[in-house]
Amino acid sequence: MRHTVSNLFFTTGMMLGFLSVRFLSDPNFSTEQVSYFMRAVKHEVKHGLQHVHTVKNESSADNSTHTTRILCWIMTGPNNLESRTKHIRETWAKRCNKVLYMSSVKTDFPTVELNVSEGRDNLYWKTIRAFQYVHQHHLDQADWFLKADDDTFVVMENLRYILSKYDPEKPLYLGRRFTPFIRQGYMSGGAGYVLSKEALRRFVTGFNTGECTHFSTIEDMALGKCMETMEVKPADSRDVKGRQTFHPYPPDHYLVRQPPRPRPWYLIYDHYTPVEGPGCCSDFVVSFHYIYAVELYVLEYLTYHLRPYGYHYRFNPDSDEEFNTTTMST
Amino acid sequence: MLSEGGSFMKGMVMGGLFCLLLSLLGSFRPGTESKTEDHHHHHVKAPSKDELTRLSDSRVQELSNQVRVSCVIMVQPKVLVYWATALDTWSKHCDKAVFYTSESSKALEAIDLNEKDDWARLRKALTHAYENAGGLQWFFVAQATTFAIIENLKYLVLAKDPSEPFYLGNVMKSGELEYVTYDSGIVLSYEALKRLVHVFQDEDKCPERGRALWKMSEDKQLAVCLKYTGVFAENGEDAHGKGLFNSKGVNSLISESMKNNPNNVVEGCCSDMAVTFSGMSPNQMQVMMFGVYRLRPYGHDFHDSLVFNPPENSDND
Repeated sequence: MRHTVSNLFFTTGMMLGFLSVRFLSDPNFSTEQVSYFMRAVKHEVKHGLQHVHTVKNESSADNSTHTTRILCWIMTGPNNLESRTKHIRETWAKRCNKVLYMSSVKTDFPTVELNVSEGRDNLYWKTIRAFQYVHQHHLDQADWFLKADDDTFVVMENLRYILSKYDPEKPLYLGRRFTPFIRQGYMSGGAGYVLSKEALRRFVTGFNTGECTHFSTIEDMALGKCMETMEVKPADSRDVKGRQTFHPYPPDHYLVRQPPRPRPWYLIYDHYTPVEGPGCCSDFVVSFHYIYAVELYVLEYLTYHLRPYGYHYRFNPDSDEEFNTTTMST
Repeated sequence: MLSEGGSFMKGMVMGGLFCLLLSLLGSFRPGTESKTEDHHHHHVKAPSKDELTRLSDSRVQELSNQVRVSCVIMVQPKVLVYWATALDTWSKHCDKAVFYTSESSKALEAIDLNEKDDWARLRKALTHAYENAGGLQWFFVAQATTFAIIENLKYLVLAKDPSEPFYLGNVMKSGELEYVTYDSGIVLSYEALKRLVHVFQDEDKCPERGRALWKMSEDKQLAVCLKYTGVFAENGEDAHGKGLFNSKGVNSLISESMKNNPNNVVEGCCSDMAVTFSGMSPNQMQVMMFGVYRLRPYGHDFHDSLVFNPPENSDND
């Protein structure tokens, strides 16, 4: 009798012991650990395999063709340094031969102090002072002088490519050409515009002699007037297929397919007849505007990083295709 | 009384030891490992530049001709604009693209599976794709809300043998189950699809109407069925270990990277050879076609080992 009771207790104890040890060692535990460990080991084992890029243009672009040195000056202010200008410095500004950040206040960003207050009405004053500053201190350091906003994205390589076909000693400037107000038109401020060295000289001279004045607060239009007065010609920045390179608005304003329609408001000023949809824009885009921090990095990623491996691009501007002038409306 | 207590304690100790012994033996079980040897890695990496340069030119050419992708694109009329966008954008880069819909639409053509249940519909689509493979060895399954770069998919699987079972994408874990998430696209080799279509016949392992009590999402169901055939989910990665299949859009990923890697936003974000993004709007996908296939800096040449030509009758790439 006692024997059976003992056995019963023994068996119960055994079952309890078995179950408690089972519970304590979670059956999921071991497989999780193993897979995690395996993954960690494999990650450590991976070597720094070569990036597929053969050409990297990270540092200031001194390795570019002989004379297409570009000085970039960026119109900014103290309120935007953290939210916008900082990200420009992290992305495309590095590809300028020289970059200056123009503001009303000198800082360690570094920014140049223009002795002009902030505000939309002072944009043209800032532009005048900025170009005068550049002319005084940096004229010999570049052949071309780009003005951009702190919400503009610029692809410097593509700007260099366009400018390589022009002579910086000629009086000309390039950008997104607008028609109204000025007989020869003017270049959109937001899309960025670039002056040749001779154009810069003439701009500064114009203000010295009084031929150019601050007659309006509309920066891009007023500068266009001075250009016209000083006989600086607007050059055509479109590619060999007549597609635009400078853009005053973000990519979705142009690329999204539209049914045939009258010009939307943001295309009304265009000098060359705008095209909506994929034919709007050159593969070798120079600029987009109203681009804030996130979109700036997105464009940087799309332009310089993400690509379709092995893809044979359709557009090759240097191939021996005939330059068909009839495709480009004037 | 004391002897009973003693017996009990002895019993407990014996029971505990016995359990430990069993679990120790369990982890040494030899059988399960070898069955899945080659493909129980957790990730599949794209070839490195070195690997490709080691291959002969003719071999590389052979491979680039062989690696052809059949796209299985699941659409619904209620997201007509995504359907139209997929048709006009990335699907043009598939060697073959077939749209499968839940119900027909007057606006666009597709194979009408006439099936409202998501899992049943996916099964029908995959079966149809398998039966009409036409010699294509790789299958990419996606919804119209995904954006894909097929050339990078080809690059990923270039040196992989499609007569081996591959089931690739962005791998997530649900309990014990590892599965490829639907929204970032699912890649199946011919062998994997073949095994899948066969296990569809098994109502116990892979029921058509799903498990009775709750509805598992189709991507998990797929993983369960494939697991029965010895095919396991593997994460698709580039040569640096970065995931190639993204369940988010570019803007989201960049935003996250701005928080996590403020000094290295773009490098810390996404792979240069990314295959998919999800959650992008139709307009964003049109911009992506430009951003991926056209926008680039003049003078950067890559000297890739392979060449993929642009598709015919397309003006946005």
